[in-house]
Amino acid sequence: MKLNEIVQKLNGRVLNSKVNMEIEIKGAGGADLMSDVLASIQPQAVLLTGLCNPQVVRTAMMADVLAIVLVRGKTPPAETVQLAENERIPLISTPYGMFEACGILYQAGLSCLERPVSDQDCFAN
Amino acid sequence: MPEQTPLQKSSLISDQEAENITRVEELAYEIKVQEVMTPNPITMTTSMKMQEVLEQFRVARISGAPIVEEGKLIGIISIEDLIRCLIKSDLESEIQNYMTRNPFTVKGDDPVVEALKVFVSTKVGRLPVVNKEGQLIGILTKGDITRGLLKALQQDYQTEEVRRYRASHLFEDIESERTSLILRYNIKAGDFTHGGEASSKIKRALSRMGASPQIARRCGIATYEAEMNLIIHTTEGGVIRVEIEPHQISIDVYDSGPGIQDVELAMKPGYSTASEKVRELGFGAGMGLVNISRCVDIMKLESVWGKGTRLRMKIFLKKEDTVGEGHAAKS
Repeated sequence: MKLNEIVQKLNGRVLNSKVNMEIEIKGAGGADLMSDVLASIQPQAVLLTGLCNPQVVRTAMMADVLAIVLVRGKTPPAETVQLAENERIPLISTPYGMFEACGILYQAGLSCLERPVSDQDCFAN
Repeated sequence: MPEQTPLQKSSLISDQEAENITRVEELAYEIKVQEVMTPNPITMTTSMKMQEVLEQFRVARISGAPIVEEGKLIGIISIEDLIRCLIKSDLESEIQNYMTRNPFTVKGDDPVVEALKVFVSTKVGRLPVVNKEGQLIGILTKGDITRGLLKALQQDYQTEEVRRYRASHLFEDIESERTSLILRYNIKAGDFTHGGEASSKIKRALSRMGASPQIARRCGIATYEAEMNLIIHTTEGGVIRVEIEPHQISIDVYDSGPGIQDVELAMKPGYSTASEKVRELGFGAGMGLVNISRCVDIMKLESVWGKGTRLRMKIFLKKEDTVGEGHAAKS
């Protein structure tokens, strides 16, 4: 699914300017725990989160997340927007809550790019 | 002016197109008008005859010229004005009867995007460029902008290509028994604003050196978690040291305290000593070390309470993941 399609479906607002909205998004993941994002999200996903600090952008970069959607109509602090602008990661704000936003995208056919993080798995290494 | 329309379409980057080509849009903000304009254009004076305009246009193959009196820009004459004059068979008339007075101008140090806005909103074919004192320093057409942007894009592309090429051949060009590249980053305690900056740089360096996206990602995640640990838990920050060799990446993260009281407990998923503030940032869920162990091939955590902590990690590179030896060495 194209990123601008996602923005449209979520009634979203793009918060930074120098970004490419034509990119293809493979799937999505939703999380507020950054360690969970790092552990479970697969590359080329859009991340839905309620967290607004710059660490969201850093986490997205590390985990090869292509775009960030901030749920519940949140407006992030300026430094988050600036970092997203510098790193050219699209930052989108949607009025929908986490549950609804995920539901809308899932129903539209976007697949899940989260893999389970079980305790057992943790000890495997 | 209808005969001008097809020309405009072919040479103009419309607003909508610029939006789709991200880097072009960005360059339009970065590049200044004076970098792409034609400097020292042919100028004319108010008292010149339209016959001379026709000659000048024909000889110099231009379609417009600024009118200057005593160094001051006072108007502009274009091919459309000349056509009006030809229709009336009025070539003996003076320029001032046909020129446009007080034309739209742009400043030399304006970004190109300002000029684009004027072009789009006014439909003029060319803009005189002036300096801060209002003196004419050049002329700008949409063609100049397109050429300037294309040139900048090409330079951009070449710079990144050269960078990648140099980095990916780093180890090939240096002869030694064992060559390695060491990256060091000092991390300040409590510096949440810059948290992740070092890891981003490490990840980017690896990509430039030709590491696969998977390797760059594993390394990025492991160092990011370690970097956040230094910021969250240490008293005086610490150091991230990454040693890159063609066959392995060794990451060493150390600090001078306070140390971990129970290393075994710290490795347990979900165990955390992080404060509420840290949790609000989305960290401190007790998954950091667990995440690191997932990303690396070997992980060793040593800590002495009151002395400090040292976390050593290694990622082994298979032949296809080899960094810094260029593509030739991989096949």
